[in-house]
Amino acid sequence: MQKNDNQESTQEEEAVPGMQQLLDNPFMLLFLGVMFPTVFYILWGIMEIISIPAVK
Amino acid sequence: MAAKMFRQCPDSGLFFHKSAESLMKAHAVLGVVYLLVGGFLGLLVALTRMPSLHLLSAEDFYLALSIHGTAILIFWIIFFEMAVLYFAASTLLRCRPATPAFGWLGFLLMVIGSTLVMVAFFRGNSSVMFTSYVPMPAEPIFYLGLILFAVGALIGCFIFLGTLVIAKQEKTYDGSVPLVTFGALTAAIIAIFTIASGAVILIPTWLWSLGFINHIDPLMYRTVWWALGHSSQQINVAAHVSIWYAIAAILFGARPMSEKVSRTAFLLYILFLQLASAHHILADPGVSSTWKVFNTSYAMYLAVLASMVHGLTVPGCIEVAQRKKGFNNGLFEWLKKAPWANPVFSGMFIAMIIFGFIGGITGVVMGTEQINLIIHNTIFVPGHFHATVAVGTTLTFMAITYFLIPVLFRRELIWPTACKWQPYIFGGGMLILSLFLLGAGTLGVPRRHWDINFSDALLQFQFAGTAITMLGIAGFGGFLAAVGGALFCLIAVGSLVFGKRLDPGASLFSSFGFPMASSCYNVERPGKLGLAPVEQTGDGGVQAKGTFVLALVFLASFVVYFFINAKYLSSIWPMG
Repeated sequence: MQKNDNQESTQEEEAVPGMQQLLDNPFMLLFLGVMFPTVFYILWGIMEIISIPAVK
Repeated sequence: MAAKMFRQCPDSGLFFHKSAESLMKAHAVLGVVYLLVGGFLGLLVALTRMPSLHLLSAEDFYLALSIHGTAILIFWIIFFEMAVLYFAASTLLRCRPATPAFGWLGFLLMVIGSTLVMVAFFRGNSSVMFTSYVPMPAEPIFYLGLILFAVGALIGCFIFLGTLVIAKQEKTYDGSVPLVTFGALTAAIIAIFTIASGAVILIPTWLWSLGFINHIDPLMYRTVWWALGHSSQQINVAAHVSIWYAIAAILFGARPMSEKVSRTAFLLYILFLQLASAHHILADPGVSSTWKVFNTSYAMYLAVLASMVHGLTVPGCIEVAQRKKGFNNGLFEWLKKAPWANPVFSGMFIAMIIFGFIGGITGVVMGTEQINLIIHNTIFVPGHFHATVAVGTTLTFMAITYFLIPVLFRRELIWPTACKWQPYIFGGGMLILSLFLLGAGTLGVPRRHWDINFSDALLQFQFAGTAITMLGIAGFGGFLAAVGGALFCLIAVGSLVFGKRLDPGASLFSSFGFPMASSCYNVERPGKLGLAPVEQTGDGGVQAKGTFVLALVFLASFVVYFFINAKYLSSIWPMG
């Protein structure tokens, strides 16, 4: 009986969908939440600014 | 035997840990102090922009505007948000906070930092406004103060994450964290990005003010600074939306219509909300249209989608809960029979409506590169963010304060009639202010300007009488909002000092961050937070018919306003 319970709980743990695993992982969310705006807003923006030719 | 560190509120059933409770109180009280300071100076600003009064001199105006912006947009909001983070992690997860001693260190840094900034302002040489654009210099202690404040807030964010880890390790809850905690996590993540961006630009600017660096490029400053300046307001959005869900659950027993949808909407915030900072750079040369359009349109619209999801699901879940209680007649009986005399509800609902209809729609208009040209850097912009921050966030924080004073501080609210009316006075005043600033801005009135007519210049400019009238009405709205804001501060502080004690262990000191009497903490470890039961909503997902109609009205308003602005643009900028 106990073995069956364990099997069931293991199956339940395995059945957690990928999206839920992502939403349950605060550090992965932190990584994404810092990485996205850093790449698309800050780094891309800085690259465009530093590529402006200097006045001669 | 482990010490008993928790108490259970007999009214709400919530568990408060001794250390976390003190940290919540200290942060919330300091926040209200800055609301009072910033609000009073906001009144002076409003009365100066009122053409018939023009209250302050130019020098005092820019000083008042600088303090108003910084005290409200940074200090009031972030102090209160730290309290929200401790509440969402420790109280909602029934968990001890991680490293409370570091929490006090963070608090101390925030107090020292904000005080330094205030000292810099009042010395009179740092009236650089909220944005502090270079090359306009402020005193070094201004930048140092902001940096210390940011480090303190960053500590608070990591304590929040640490508390989540402890809660998981100690198994204080089953399944996933509650939605409100997830929303607070979203706010914390955005805060970490925001503060890191602030460090990237403010540390060199501080060194520049000390003379160690020769030059800070203005465009570089503006671009990176707005990752701080605008994202800090996105922390607010995530925090106040979380509180909307909390209030819906507290007052109505409402459960999210779909946890999956609401959490996915928060994920969209995490990924895309900060990118909207780019709309401040839309009129700047030097960055490409591709960068501008990607960040403000394609990416920002995903965050807007998330806000629309929350705008649908929060009232939707209230409607479902109300209908279950029997308020089933017609489309809106559930709304008519809502507790409009309860400031917790009225504050939250007014905040939600004005945030969505005024703040949300104007935000999208501002984020559109072409239409932005009509209103860029006009007084339209303050009109927008008074709808989002002053109403959306501040009124929401006021609403939850009415809940927290009895539950967290264990004091009864004073002046129940004033409590009932305060959200209407503040919300009504801010609505008038926002609408007429938006109108005046559409007619070209610039923001942050002491003398829009350039009366002492060789070339003067006369605005249309309509614009002047709108500024006058906006000033009246600002006055009304200040009355509502002052009333809130009086009620909050008055309740903490004079409110009837709901617990004999609640002393005057415990209202301001000291722990309550030891006897109050009689729980060693609260019971595990169980999974909420899964409910079958049935009815094909159309239980919230009234909310659906409200959403259609919102979308129609959105389309009409967008079209009007596009049409206006075509008339002032003829093509071909």
